[in-house]
Amino acid sequence: MASILTNLFDGVAYGMLLFVLACGLAVTLGLMNFVNLAHGAFAMAGGYICAVLVNNSGWPFFAGLPLAFVGSAVIGVALERTLYRHLYARSHLDQVLFSIGLVFMSVAAVDYIMGSSRVFIKLPAALEGQIDLFGVGIGRYRLMIVVICGLLTLALQLILAKTRFGSRLRAAVDDPRAAIGLGINVPQVFAFTFAFGCGLAGLGGALSAEILGLDPYFPLKFMIYFLIVVTVGGSSSITGPFLASLLLGIADVAGKYYVPKVGPFVIYTVMIVILLWRPNGLFGRTAAR
Amino acid sequence: MTALSDVSTHAMASARWRISEVAFWVLALACAFLFPSRYLIMTDIVRLGLFALSLDLILGYAGIVSLGHAAFFGVGAYSAGLLALHGIINEPVIALVAAGLVAAVLGFLTSFLVIRGVDLTRLMVTLGIALLLEALAERFSDITGGTDGLQGIEMQPILGLFAFDMFGKTGLFYSLIVLFILFLFARRVVHSPFGLSLRAIRNNPLRAAAIGIPVNRRLIAVYTLAAFYAGIAGALFTQTTALASLDVFSFERSADLMLVLVIGGTGYLYGGLIGAVVFKMLQELFQSITPQYWLFWIGLVLVVIVMVGRARIHRWALFVPNLIIRQFAGRNAAAVPEGDAS
Repeated sequence: MASILTNLFDGVAYGMLLFVLACGLAVTLGLMNFVNLAHGAFAMAGGYICAVLVNNSGWPFFAGLPLAFVGSAVIGVALERTLYRHLYARSHLDQVLFSIGLVFMSVAAVDYIMGSSRVFIKLPAALEGQIDLFGVGIGRYRLMIVVICGLLTLALQLILAKTRFGSRLRAAVDDPRAAIGLGINVPQVFAFTFAFGCGLAGLGGALSAEILGLDPYFPLKFMIYFLIVVTVGGSSSITGPFLASLLLGIADVAGKYYVPKVGPFVIYTVMIVILLWRPNGLFGRTAAR
Repeated sequence: MTALSDVSTHAMASARWRISEVAFWVLALACAFLFPSRYLIMTDIVRLGLFALSLDLILGYAGIVSLGHAAFFGVGAYSAGLLALHGIINEPVIALVAAGLVAAVLGFLTSFLVIRGVDLTRLMVTLGIALLLEALAERFSDITGGTDGLQGIEMQPILGLFAFDMFGKTGLFYSLIVLFILFLFARRVVHSPFGLSLRAIRNNPLRAAAIGIPVNRRLIAVYTLAAFYAGIAGALFTQTTALASLDVFSFERSADLMLVLVIGGTGYLYGGLIGAVVFKMLQELFQSITPQYWLFWIGLVLVVIVMVGRARIHRWALFVPNLIIRQFAGRNAAAVPEGDAS
């Protein structure tokens, strides 16, 4: 019983991590309809920024996390202004090719600068080990991930639903032309959203170094996970991708733990069944756009 | 002249063999005789060209963006390897067709997943299928050899007459003949009414359905055909190298393939073949500059191609050849594809 709950908790932590990693993609891909396969590259950038600051410059881990966010967001906005914005109106094939090119470049560049072996971030002692909660062993690090990601999700939901910026973004996504007509600066909203999504990915990358492993091939290895989160979750809200991430995280952890022989197939099978049942994702709207 | 006969004369005119096409194949054959020391790399190019031709059928003609075309390549490669290893079908040509058919069956089954949903879902499903197969091949290592790959494959002579030699001469001519036959068939297919209907679907599925084209059935058919081609390419890989390893399924293989096709141009059959030649040359060049980091340069090429615009690059590249062709064959002759997929 206790091991089931521990696994469930690990799955939830894993899923929440995936959500933070992928929710930026849910916006660019799901809402702005831009196929950005290079999303994992921003996560990797955040992870490596944090690793360099903590391991080489001796920063505390909790100071490295915000900088991972800021660093990835800055890279994101620079690329958005110079390259990405020219491609919003292009075909999906162009977008796919472009972002695969970016992934390849980032993989080789990180390999060149940082070496090809896996990187670990030094954790403070307070985050190591387990605590015992009603007989259920819970990893401290995973608990921290659940807390941080849970707060982020709440904040995102509030920003999207309650703030002026949130309503501008929703308007810009629903109908860019009408939004421009109402005086909303749509390119600016998109650029800001893109940067914010990249920042979140960077934060997720820094947090995931301990659990998913951080090496130059990170963007390629987790590309399919991000795509699953967005396609299964649909794009109507951030609740969809959130639930999809949790489902994916729990299914993956449970699959690897209980049926290790067929572990990797569990998520693919889940994905195929869901898509046969609901081609537009669990919470998707109809394929009108 | 009625509209119908107008369409058919147009289609027949575009299906006629041009001088430039004949020249292309003569040149390909001449290369095979002229550079006896380069058999292996030329076989590589022929194989890649066939693989790219297969992707072109679904991407260039039907407009399906696939990130996991290596799945069919891999299935073909392992089928051919297993058939030869266990001596089930010893004759390479029959084994080749059998491997292609295995890939085609897989293509038929997965096509139902692929035709559902939009571009995004297709990307994920195609990528997921390739990854799933890679994981399967790794898991059932007692059959596939796992990470070591299939070892100890011995190929019997082709048709019982031509043995594979260590310089790859037989392999090259074998691959070239297979490519030519399959190319002829693909050429017939894309110029047929079936091929025209595919282009209609690519340009606008809704309108295509409105004029009575059974969109889903056509997509399933061409996806299965493309899987067959990719399976043959994979089987050729195994037969000419006597090797099949896990990397036949890798994502890099699918991504490289898109680059090949994009370099050559989508939506006309020579795109994949020309792209394969250029890609291999680029790869050799980059690997000689930076052996370890050539992936970076490949990525840069992709980004530059997209930023400059695919159509514009092809116009530049074909400017001089077109000038020459026009000198000899009159105003309207050109090697430019009539329509680039967008």
